[in-house]
Parts: sequence; C-alpha cells; structure tokens
Amino acid sequence: MKIVTARRISQIFFFLLFLWFCIVSTLGEQWWQLRGWPVSWLMQLDPLVGLGTLLATGTLYAGLVWGLATVILTILLGRFFCGWICPFGALHQAVGWIANRGRKASAMIAANRYHRGQRIKYLILLFLLGAAAGDLLGRLLKAAMASAPLLAGIVVGMLLLGAAFARWQNKSGKRWAAAVVLIALGWSALGLLTEGSRLLAASLQTGLLDPIPLFYRSVNLTLLPLVDGRLVSLSPASRVYPGVFAMGAIFWAAVFLNLRIPRFYCRFVCPLGALFGLLGKNALWRVGQKADGCTACGACDRYCEGACEPSSVIRTPECVMCMNCLAHCRHDVMGYQRSLSAAGEVGVPDIARREFMVSLVSGVAVVPLARLAGMTGAAWNPAVIRPPGALPETAFLQRCIKCGQCMRVCPTNVIHPAGTQAGLEGIWTPMLNFRMGTSGCQQGCIACGNLCPTAAIRPISLDERLGRGDFASRGPIRIGTAFVDRGRCLPWAMDRPCIVCQENCPVSPKAIFTREVYQPVRLGGALVFQAMADNRLLVDGPALPSERFATGDYFVTIDGGDSRPPARIVAIGPGGITLADSPWAETAAAGDRLTLLVRLQRPFVDPAQCIGCGVCEHECPVKGRRAIRVTAENETRQARHRLLL
Amino acid sequence: MTADPALNRREFLARCTRAGLSAAAAAALGIGFYDAKGPDGVSDTGAALRIPDFSLAPLQGRICIARGTDRARAVGQAFAALGGMGAFVKPGERVLLKVNAAFASPPSLGATSHPDLVAAVVRLCRDAGASRVIVTDNPINDPASCFALTGIDAAARQAGAEVVLPRESLFAPYSVDGGRLIRDWPVLYTPLARVDRVIGMAPVKDHHRSGASMALKNWYGLLGGRRNIFHQDIHTIIQELAMMIRPTVVILDGIQTMMTNGPTGGSLSDLKPTGTLIVSTDPVAADAVGATLLGRTAADLAFIAKAQSIGAGTADYRSLDLQEIQT
Repeated sequence: MKIVTARRISQIFFFLLFLWFCIVSTLGEQWWQLRGWPVSWLMQLDPLVGLGTLLATGTLYAGLVWGLATVILTILLGRFFCGWICPFGALHQAVGWIANRGRKASAMIAANRYHRGQRIKYLILLFLLGAAAGDLLGRLLKAAMASAPLLAGIVVGMLLLGAAFARWQNKSGKRWAAAVVLIALGWSALGLLTEGSRLLAASLQTGLLDPIPLFYRSVNLTLLPLVDGRLVSLSPASRVYPGVFAMGAIFWAAVFLNLRIPRFYCRFVCPLGALFGLLGKNALWRVGQKADGCTACGACDRYCEGACEPSSVIRTPECVMCMNCLAHCRHDVMGYQRSLSAAGEVGVPDIARREFMVSLVSGVAVVPLARLAGMTGAAWNPAVIRPPGALPETAFLQRCIKCGQCMRVCPTNVIHPAGTQAGLEGIWTPMLNFRMGTSGCQQGCIACGNLCPTAAIRPISLDERLGRGDFASRGPIRIGTAFVDRGRCLPWAMDRPCIVCQENCPVSPKAIFTREVYQPVRLGGALVFQAMADNRLLVDGPALPSERFATGDYFVTIDGGDSRPPARIVAIGPGGITLADSPWAETAAAGDRLTLLVRLQRPFVDPAQCIGCGVCEHECPVKGRRAIRVTAENETRQARHRLLL
Repeated sequence: MTADPALNRREFLARCTRAGLSAAAAAALGIGFYDAKGPDGVSDTGAALRIPDFSLAPLQGRICIARGTDRARAVGQAFAALGGMGAFVKPGERVLLKVNAAFASPPSLGATSHPDLVAAVVRLCRDAGASRVIVTDNPINDPASCFALTGIDAAARQAGAEVVLPRESLFAPYSVDGGRLIRDWPVLYTPLARVDRVIGMAPVKDHHRSGASMALKNWYGLLGGRRNIFHQDIHTIIQELAMMIRPTVVILDGIQTMMTNGPTGGSLSDLKPTGTLIVSTDPVAADAVGATLLGRTAADLAFIAKAQSIGAGTADYRSLDLQEIQT
C-alpha cells in the first residue's frame, strides 16, 4: 500500500470518527446516542487543550493526558497529527483537492509556495499561551518574592554553573554572569511590581482558534441543527443557539479559503499546527530529499499540503506530513528518513525575536486589560447563568475552551454560547437561557459536566446535584434564583389567575408558593342586589358574561358588615347567577351593593428552596419577557453571589 | 547536505538525544501535573488563620462609667480609675484602635468616633509606651473620605498613630471556630495579626436593624466582602463577632447619644447629650450600660444576651468591679 493511501484511510477514519462523535453526543441510551462513547477523545488528543489548561490551572485534567501521547509522537515523528489525524485538516485537504483539481501545475506550485504570512500562526499560538500563563507567571514571581534565599540560591547556582562551563570551554563568563544578575534583578522588580496588583491574570482563549474545539463547535452548533430532520434525526425540537452566526461565518470562511490557497487555515492560522511545528524540531524521521537525483521538476511542490517547499530547502515546521511529495516524485528523491534533507532544512519557524516577544507579552497583557471591566468581580453579570457544576468564574475562564459539548448534549437546549454577556473573555462560553429550549435545566441531568473535556463544568454526580447522600449537608447545587416580576405577572399585575410557575416548580417542597387574595373585578358599573331564591342571585348592573365569570375563579360578596366568605359563582344564565351556596337569602335587601371578586393565588419564591433550574421561567405564559425570571443570584459556585445566610 | 555518513550519524544521535530529552520533559510535566479527579466543589481556605485573644486575664470584669462633657478628660480619668493605661498597654507593645469611621460625615453629627476621643486614646497609648498605634476600620462609605471627613485621620496622625485604610490585600478569608456565619469570609486580618493589643472605640447610636450600634456591633467594621448579607441575622453575626475578637478593652462614647435616625444620623436633632463614657474590659457590660442611654434595656437588644451566652461578657454590669466617677 502506498503511504498516501494509508494517510487517506487514516484521515477518513478520524474524520468519520469525529462526525460520529458529534452525532452520538445526543443524550440517550440507543447505540447511536451518548451511552459511553468517548465523544471528547479527539479534544483530549489535542495537546493544545492540555497545554492551555496546564498553563492556566497548573493541572492536567484526567483524559487530557492523551495529549501527552500526541506530544511525544510529534517530538519523534513530526506533525503527523495535521496530516493523519486532524479532522479539520482532512476537511481542508479534501476541499482544497476538489477545488484545485483543474488548476495548472504552475498555478498550484505558486499557490503552494511558502508565504511569510505562515509565521502568523506561531504568533497566534504565543499570544494565546501568553494569555493563559498569567497566573503561572504570578505564582513564579510570588515564589521568588516569598523566599529570598531560594532566589539567591538559584542565582548563585547559575553563576557557578556558568563559571564551570566558561572554564571548561575556556571562554569568558562575563556575559553569562551579567545576564543572570540582570534577569534576577528584573525578576525581583517584576515581583515587587505585580505583588497585590491586578497586573497578572490567566484566561484560556486557545479554544477560539484551536482547530479541534473549533470544528466540534462549528459542526455541533451550526451544522447539525441545520441538517437535523428526517434523515438525521437528533432532537425532537429544532435546536436554537443564539449568536452562532459569527461561529458559522468563521467556519465557512476557513473552508472557502481553501479555494485560493489549499489548507489555508492550517498554514496561516492554526495554533495547534504551530505547536506541532515547534515540537517536531528534532523529529527522528523527517520528510526530505535524498542525496541526488532531483531534476527540479516541481511535482513535489505542486502537491505539497503544508507549503514547506520540499523541492528546495525544506521548512520542516511547515510540513504536515501529507507524504504527497513521496508519492509524486518520479525519481524517488523524496523520502521519510533519518538524515536531514540533502537539499538542506529550515528547522525552526521564521519568526523574529521581536515578534516572539511582542506576541507573548501582548498575550500576557491582554487578560488583565479585559479584567479591568470587573466582570469576574463586582461587575459580574447576573444574566450569565452557568451550568450546574461550573467552577467559580475566574477558574471557569481558565478552563473553558468553548468547544460547545455542553451545548450540544444539553437535552433541553437551554445551554447557549454567550456573546459578550460574560465579557470579551467569555465569548462562546456556556450560559443558560430558559426562554428557549424545551424546558428548564432538568434536575435529574448531569450530562454537561460529564462531557466537559476540561472540567470547567465539573463532572458532578446526581447525588451532588440534588444534595443527597454524601452531599446532604451541602444541599442541592443552585445555579441561580427565580424572581417574580410583579409588574408582568398575571395574578400580580392583571388580576388573572395563573401560577403555572408554581405548578411546574420541580423541587419538593416547592420553591414557589402562593398566597391567596380576593380582588374586586373592574366592571363597567355598580352591581346591585335584587333578590335571592335558593342559590340563584338576581342582580342589576353590567352584564356578566358567563364564559368570563362562571369559570370557578370568581366570587360575589355583599358590601358592608357581612363577615361571611365570598360565594363562588357556579354558573351565569338567564335566570341569574348560580352561587355555590345561598348566603344572603335572608339578610340582604334589594338595593344592597355587591362586589364581584376574583380569587387569585399570587406566586412567591422561597430562595432557600429555589435551585434556579428555570423551569418556571420556561413555562411562564408571559412569553416575551417572562414574568418570572432566573438570574445567577445565590448560585452555589460563587460564594460571593450568596443571597441568603 | 552532508554526504559523510559519520557526520550524519553524529547529527542523528544528537537529534535523538534532544528528542529523547524533550519527550522525557513533556512526559514529566504531563505526569507531574496529572489530576485525575478535577477541581473540587468546595473551598474553606480560612480555617488555618487564628486571631489571638487580646484580653488580659487579670483585668477581667473591670468597668468604669465616667460622667462629664469633655471626652478627653473623661477617658483619661476613666483609665486612671482602672489602674491607668499602663495596666492595659505595656511599653513596646503594638496597639490596634478599632474606631467607628463608618460614614463620611463630620464629627458634629456623632455618627462616628469623635476625633478628640481618638486623639486622647492614642496619646494615652503612646504615653504608656506603645511602640505603634494603628487606627483602622472598614467603613461603609468610601474609606479615605470617611477617615478624612470624620476628622479621625488628622486627629490620629497628629497624636502619633498610623491610620490604615482597608485595602483588599489586608483581608483574608477567615472562619470563626464554632461559627455558622463567618465561614471563609474576608476579615481585616493583616492589621490584627500585627498587633499585641486591641482597643474598640464606638459611639452609642440608634440602629434600626439591631436596636443599637455600640461596642459589640462595632466589630462589624472588621468584616469585608458583601457583608450586608449578614443583616438577615444581625444578632447572630454580632454574637459571632464577639466570638471572633476578644479585645483588651472597649471605650463606649455616650457623651452624646444618637437617639434617632441611626446609625447615620444626619441632623443635630438626632443627638442628645447623655454625658456618659464607659471604659470596660467587658464589651457586653459596656453595651448594657449604653442601652440605658438610648432609653432601652439590655433585654431589648437580642445580641446582648447572645454575646453573653458564648462567654463574651455579662449584661449585669453591676456584678462587675464597677466604678462610677464624675469628671
């Protein structure tokens, strides 16, 4: 079998596997539903997810250790992931191949020529890693501040090491000594400057451009909801994801750019490819030319996916190991071999030190700048309701890669990608919107946290969610609190019976309770007692339509002094009003005033019981802006948002 | 480029070494930081901190009620009656004076500790040999404005104290032993950790929620965060504050009493001359005396009984070593 055939099989396999994972991320027990499928496995294989969270949190969470396998293989073999595994890369390669089939050899050679712009992906990577590294940097600076002997020890150690090396090499150690002292001084100065300041903060933004989360999110949130129909039947109600237009636009832009330049995204944008390019510097085997036989025919360049220029000095960090050069070389000059390319290699990316520093430093600097808005502190947005099990906001922002798995799996479709509600950093992070979807956040569901690849939403158990068993002392997880808007609520503002919210409140005892009141009904004129026979009441006054007032919610009472409870209207007909009993048959006289009353149950929320599930908000019949709405007040995850003692 | 097989082999071996080292480093990092469980749902980081007991055993149960109109004279003579400031503050000790600087209002309105009294107590401490006197509070209005407009800042500094404004970095999450409300809650810890003695100083004021704001309620100013959540259970939080901090001595200023519109006041008509200043090692007893100035009794104020029940003092001040003096 030719190597490119093997590569194609591998790409198709992983692409189909990816699609399969997207499809089966549907809550259910059918074989084509979630069950135990490792649907986030490709995200775990993606070492940028692991590296990003490691930088931001100092931990490598469970399955993300798979990324270590990818890293080690890349160190030994080169960027095999891009050419053989990455489903997004496979898509680009396929689209580029289809779109460029008819183009002339010279045009393709030109399109596949290395472009200086390809270094941008390394700068993107550095920027994103810099943004994730603020906390780590802070901890390192703090360690140096906390222990002067440690710092002094390191400095002395480095100086001794330098002195020994200088003596061995017979060189002057002056430059080394100066550098060590300068760095130590700079480090201390930075430590002093940043201590107690807000100059350093970490935010994980790699997911914006990391191809695996990007592809998951694009397919799950912008493609599957479109094709969901008779053939691909995934959810009973059509899925809604507000604000995904930009998400889809970026995806399609990336796809269509292949028409001009094949694998445009991989070459120019992909931070994961950039990471692999850096890791593969010392790969034991590499694509390159053998000693002689090259006729400079250009066949290799024509089919090169990475624009790494295999015909001349090959740029190894750009090589995606598509192996097309091997397959198309008629002279068997190209090989995947242990020795360096006979025509020479450029082993490192084409970035200047200045660009390197600017990208890294601006990445570190951009997060504190965004944090000035205070949205992780005093200016937190109560409209941002995070899924049950979500970490406190700053820790959450250090883990969420915006992959959209939680939004995809949510059975009720209430988890949506945020716009700027959670700040710039929070774009496309999950927030709950109870106005849409098929219900609120289901009490018995813990799917989102168990799918989250980075534990930004912790994998909680049902016991923890409901506050049972070992978690009984903590109580259930609250994601917010419902508030009644008395200006919009039917029984509160409009004298209409309702309490759908109370009926649907799923906790026991119910968080929504009611208080009963009788309110006079607004009529066109006075209601005057005429006579009462049996339980038939004859009145003078405005017409009382039966369909409105004989519903069982309306009552009549007589004005002045009568302590008897209001009498319920049973029916209204030509013979008068039928009441449930006949309270005033003896006592009332013609001409007495009557009052028509409506019995209302007005809803109240007990914040000690409310878990913020939003079922009430979802069911509220005031469909536009709901008359009962949940905000993140009293959410368990953030102690500062506590409402009650 | 190099056709020489020996050179090639050498290059390859060097590359193998570098690749091996990078792979090993990656593996070490990955495995070293591996976290199978993920983050936990709860954090109680404040359990390790302890606020020391600032009270002095031999001086337990001493209280002096001084009558007069001049705060400096009253407090001086009251301390003299209790054995002098030297009994409370030893030479070289560091003293924290927790004033009430809650509002950015002038001293004439009586909503905050009076600058004359602050200055007098700082001088007493300095004369007793205190190496440092720190004046602090976490007020409700903007801290810098509060300390400036109440006159406390100028008075304290002129008398030789340092004024510490509450910065975020001075707070630490704290849990009171046996407490229910103060769990992992930001407390103005750093100044407390740096002193040997703590003196509480508060005016007697009407307080709509708790009934009265006096010596015990004054410790509320050591809390940070969104502490107004505790108003849902004001008497218990005052009780827990009494558990949290055992002061060396408290000074309750009832030379004037804010009878109405407390705790902010805002008008001279809210104030009544009551001519009383209490210095006590028992804060509960001090508040029991203060209650009478407001025309209330200790029994009217639930927090007094609650503080007494956890051993912070006694409401029956007459059972103590009581001195009443006219100044």
